Amino acid sequence: MKVKLLDKTEKNTDTIIEIKDLEFSYDDTDANETDAVLKGINLCVKKGEFLAVLGHNGSGKSTLAKHLNAILVPTGGTVMVDGINTADENSLYDIRQKVGMVFQNPDNQLVATIVEEDVAFAPENLGVEPKEIRKRVDYSLDAVNMTKYKDHSSSMLSGGQKQRIAVAGVLAMKPEVIVMDESTAMLDPVGRREIMETVKKLNRQEKMTVVMITHFMEEAAQADRVVVMDRGEIVMEGEPKEIFSQVKKLKKIGLDVPQTTELLYSLRKSGFELNCDILTVEECAAEIENFLKDGGNSCD
Amino acid sequence: MLKDITLGQYFPGNSLIHRLDPRTKILCIVIYITVIFCIKNFWGYGILAIFTALCIFSSKIPFSYVIKGVKPILVFVVFTAVFNLFLTNGRIIWSWGFLKITAEGVRLAIFMVLRLFFLVMGTSLLTLTTSPIALTDGIERLLSPFKKIGVPAHELAMMMTIALRFVPTLLEETEKIIKAQTARGADFESGNIINRAKAMIPILIPLFVGAFRRADDLAVAMECRCYRGGENRTRLKELKMTKTDVLGWVYVLVFAMLVFASNILL
Repeated sequence: MKVKLLDKTEKNTDTIIEIKDLEFSYDDTDANETDAVLKGINLCVKKGEFLAVLGHNGSGKSTLAKHLNAILVPTGGTVMVDGINTADENSLYDIRQKVGMVFQNPDNQLVATIVEEDVAFAPENLGVEPKEIRKRVDYSLDAVNMTKYKDHSSSMLSGGQKQRIAVAGVLAMKPEVIVMDESTAMLDPVGRREIMETVKKLNRQEKMTVVMITHFMEEAAQADRVVVMDRGEIVMEGEPKEIFSQVKKLKKIGLDVPQTTELLYSLRKSGFELNCDILTVEECAAEIENFLKDGGNSCD
Repeated sequence: MLKDITLGQYFPGNSLIHRLDPRTKILCIVIYITVIFCIKNFWGYGILAIFTALCIFSSKIPFSYVIKGVKPILVFVVFTAVFNLFLTNGRIIWSWGFLKITAEGVRLAIFMVLRLFFLVMGTSLLTLTTSPIALTDGIERLLSPFKKIGVPAHELAMMMTIALRFVPTLLEETEKIIKAQTARGADFESGNIINRAKAMIPILIPLFVGAFRRADDLAVAMECRCYRGGENRTRLKELKMTKTDVLGWVYVLVFAMLVFASNILL
């Protein structure tokens, strides 16, 4: 199933990542079609957008994420980051500087014990001047709202706070794109909200391009655009409202829909004429209220 | 209980001692240790005690916190003391059966206890007042002249940073595993020494597997943040010798000379 993903007119001008016919299998020796983790992915990430990649376990979404900054190199097709092919080993660090990645386990990605020293790790590796590192560290910690913890030991922080430090550590590289590879999966609801708010703020205020890999529908619902993956292929693509209104299709590939959509969908199935392309609780409440005010015409 | 270990932990602060260049602190500790082993009489230990107390006082770390670092080696200290007490030859002052205590033994035992005590106090003061990164930075810089003869200074320093970073993480994990295994009926407290050692296996295996998984994750995360070894690397906090360091050096050298003087004169 091929989905048309990009408008020809928009191409090149404001695309930051361009993926063409991306194929990948972990074992090089047998190019068996069924063993491939990614089977011909075509996707463009636009500058400044908030893209969510949705899929259940084994859909290949994390493998796709690892291609965005050349941790994995395609076995077929190409991935271009800001015009650089990720297969080009000489530009490896340029790509990694442009595309920062935050991982799942907050404990396993912090290098240094003290918060600000960890944030400084990436610019130190890039050979940035100490004065500039200081500036970047202060800016990054401020952007994730963790400035007051800069002298703390990271082991004393909560999961959400650790993950925010990880985001700051990536920001200090001055990347073009931040990829969140299931970065909220191991957090409690409070930590998850902290991360979502941080990422949304970066996207809105700093115009940071965000690619969010997740299996939480509520998180994907907050993105500008959602891509749904199943068994190594992109099966759906569009605005959150469009995606989540297709309840049946999502359920078929083993995904849930946000609770609000679920409620409206069930009501609709039992014969109430309601819109299903609604995502927030407020909108949902308003929709039901309006419906009840109108006298609750049920359809047949 | 595992969290009580203060040895190797950093105590954030901004005292005089905290602000010293790590290189100064490391070299001073080397002098300090050498001096400890050169002391020949109790006067020397008196000077040592005053010097150490002044250091702790100026570091603004609670005295009790530094003492806590000595606790884990208490068994070791007692062990050494007992051996020295009973196994030193000389003028017998007390004996019972085959056990005998000599005057020299008493003296030596007290010396050993004091030595170990101050040794741990001094070194834990170093780690308490120096952030792991500063510490490894210092070691890296001190070792860098030896790079030419193949000493991997940066790699050693990075390994230490990571090891120190994962101490609390792995301790936490160990506690979790112990609880999980206890919940399934594992018994760590009873039985003879061999059974107890065997009981450690269900703790150690998950711990090691977990540590390898973490190492793998961390390696990828470090690569993502453009880590490529020590070359062309800059630092957030560059090491700089300041007036405080001169003060530190003078202080340590005066201390060392006082001790040597006491050795000769008293």
